[in-house]
Amino acid sequence: MTKVYALPNIVTPNRPVLFDEDACTGCNRCVEVCMSDIFIPNPEKGKPPIIIYPDECYYGAACVMECPHRDKGAIKLNWPLMQRMRWKRKDTGEHFRVGMPDPPPPNTRPPVE
Amino acid sequence: MSELLTWPYPIRYGEETEISADVLVLGGGLAGCYAAISAARQGLQVALVDKSHPLHSGAGGTGIDHWMDCPANPASKITPEAYARSLITDFRGDFDNGIATYITARDSYDVLLELERMGMKIRDTEDEFKGADFRDEETRLLFAYDYENNHCVRIWGTGLKPALYRECKRLGVQMFARTMVTSLLTEGGQQGGRVVGATAINTRTGEFLVFKGKAAVLSMATPERVWIFSTEWTGLVGRDGPPTNSGNGHAMAWRAGAEFTMMENSSHEEWGGSTGIGSVMFGSGSSFATWHPCSIVDANGKEIPWVDKEGNPISTVAARSHPAPGQGVYALVLGGGEGGTLSVPHLIPDLDERIQRGEFALPLYADLPGMPAHERRVIFGLMVGQEGKSWPIYRNLAQAGFDPDQDMLQVYELGPAPLGWRRLRYGGLFHGWDLGSNLEGLYAGGQQVFNGCGASHACCTGRWAGNQAAEYAATASEPAIDRAQVEREKARVYAPVKRSDGMDWKELESGIAKVMQDYCGDVKTEELMNIGLQALDEIRRAEAQTLCARTPHELMRALEVLDILTCAELIVHSSLARRASTAWFGFSRLDYPEKDPPEWCKWVTVKLEGDRVKVDKRPLDYYAPLEENYETYNRSAS
Repeated sequence: MTKVYALPNIVTPNRPVLFDEDACTGCNRCVEVCMSDIFIPNPEKGKPPIIIYPDECYYGAACVMECPHRDKGAIKLNWPLMQRMRWKRKDTGEHFRVGMPDPPPPNTRPPVE
Repeated sequence: MSELLTWPYPIRYGEETEISADVLVLGGGLAGCYAAISAARQGLQVALVDKSHPLHSGAGGTGIDHWMDCPANPASKITPEAYARSLITDFRGDFDNGIATYITARDSYDVLLELERMGMKIRDTEDEFKGADFRDEETRLLFAYDYENNHCVRIWGTGLKPALYRECKRLGVQMFARTMVTSLLTEGGQQGGRVVGATAINTRTGEFLVFKGKAAVLSMATPERVWIFSTEWTGLVGRDGPPTNSGNGHAMAWRAGAEFTMMENSSHEEWGGSTGIGSVMFGSGSSFATWHPCSIVDANGKEIPWVDKEGNPISTVAARSHPAPGQGVYALVLGGGEGGTLSVPHLIPDLDERIQRGEFALPLYADLPGMPAHERRVIFGLMVGQEGKSWPIYRNLAQAGFDPDQDMLQVYELGPAPLGWRRLRYGGLFHGWDLGSNLEGLYAGGQQVFNGCGASHACCTGRWAGNQAAEYAATASEPAIDRAQVEREKARVYAPVKRSDGMDWKELESGIAKVMQDYCGDVKTEELMNIGLQALDEIRRAEAQTLCARTPHELMRALEVLDILTCAELIVHSSLARRASTAWFGFSRLDYPEKDPPEWCKWVTVKLEGDRVKVDKRPLDYYAPLEENYETYNRSAS
């Protein structure tokens, strides 16, 4: 029999940031700089921080900016579903959005640095 | 989560540490960091206290795309005097903080050069935009909005806060991160007395800190989360600024007896992003601000027409960034009056009606592919890429396959200016040319300055306030802390952690927002607002007395909500005090519908005397003459 617990609702949105366990070294730099202090260090050393207050995220991305392993995808900002932007390809009229199934290939041009 | 985690930081409720400095800077955003830098340059001991972490805290914390109000740069065709005059009178109907506007117009280019020396990039050194209409070939500066007069500079502003942070470190500023200031300490513990210090808590350990200083610069942000509050939609986002903006500085200065003005210049029209009705700030297509002058097309590719400030049609993309002949200067006036927001070329103002009539089909899109290459690249590659909340937007959208050369981003809300932006300028401390308040030793920077808004304003007023505070501190007597005042504050601060059963901060905050929606919204009357004051007072005496916090973090939020409650009262008192309507900022009284009668073309000020609110009126141009006073008070070496 599947064990089912009596659980309260969870707060949402609750995944403002996605960590890649393999790329993240658990350095806790994001914990240090987060504007809203939504993370706490993982009790297990070397593991990604725990997002203890996901509902307080400002999506300001200080955590991503400061991550020494962001280019390896250690941390990524993850907008709530209701905030995932849509666009239309001008020539073909195709519709896309952030997080869609079967997305188009990434655009690799960097921003003006 | 399957198991309960122990709080990861040591708990130090009630333990006390005292810190002494010559100058205290309370709030570590752009203004606070700059105030700390300018005071430290005078050789004084400076303590900077920040609720977040000063590397990326504040409204400019993760970036800024444009440096407004910079008419002193070498490529500008307008003098700082003419520019300031235009802002003060033409765009804001004299309801403008002439002191801050003038200081910013005069100093912002010097400050920009200082920032460049601190390591922030301000020029197109790679010549990526060589030949662009918005580039000055000699200086390699890039301009926005008005390519004729060149008073607004596009910058690589993700480097702004890190540059200030490094400079603070280099100058030996003592920085206290995760430290929430809770009150101002005054001489003899008296309301209205000289400010001699501040109390604070560490938001991770709950430790109590007493800061003692000869002078203090208050540089926290305007209160947000006052009319709209829900974390269930898009997280903890207020009007537009970061969630740390809970009006703590306003609340503590009000309790200490500081005089405020323009707090009636607030509205329930908090930023659509906080409700998710709009979209991610700067991440949806737009034609405004960061996205100016991007073309907008309807679902069938039909372009939405543009008009100039007189309402005349504009036919070319280039003309959206050049004043019409004889039109003079225009500027992006955030939070200005109707004249200000509409001074920049904009989309037809009756777009909504024309959509309703079927002339344009929804949805609308920002037609980046249809823009000239330099414009497309500078809007999406630089402006979106450097503005704080949109730094990840470039990266995430690109990762998701968005290509500005072929894709059109959907538009979610449009207009000459999103309504919330008209309220970006909140009230703040009433001050003189030294940016000093009515409380001796207390100076204002950034949004603590009334009508304060924008990165260049924050840096320039912060720098000015830091210099003035340093000058005062150099000769001020040793401050003496009143122990009884500290003990009273300790009792107030720790009350929520001593309760085990009561209301949490979120429900209390929502309750305050509901009162403000119902009794201090767009429809304002004496009766409504008096009910509002009663309703806020009931919350203060009932539910707020049951406020519970289980961790130092929750304690921070609980104390924020108590400050938001105080700010709500301050806004209602200020709105009651102005018994007239105005065309110049978002304030109308149903019971006093006449707009701008001469006796109300005044600054209305409020302050606490005991529990009583004292109302006063000051002439709008109390700061005149601008140039002479600027020269008298200017303390910057450059």
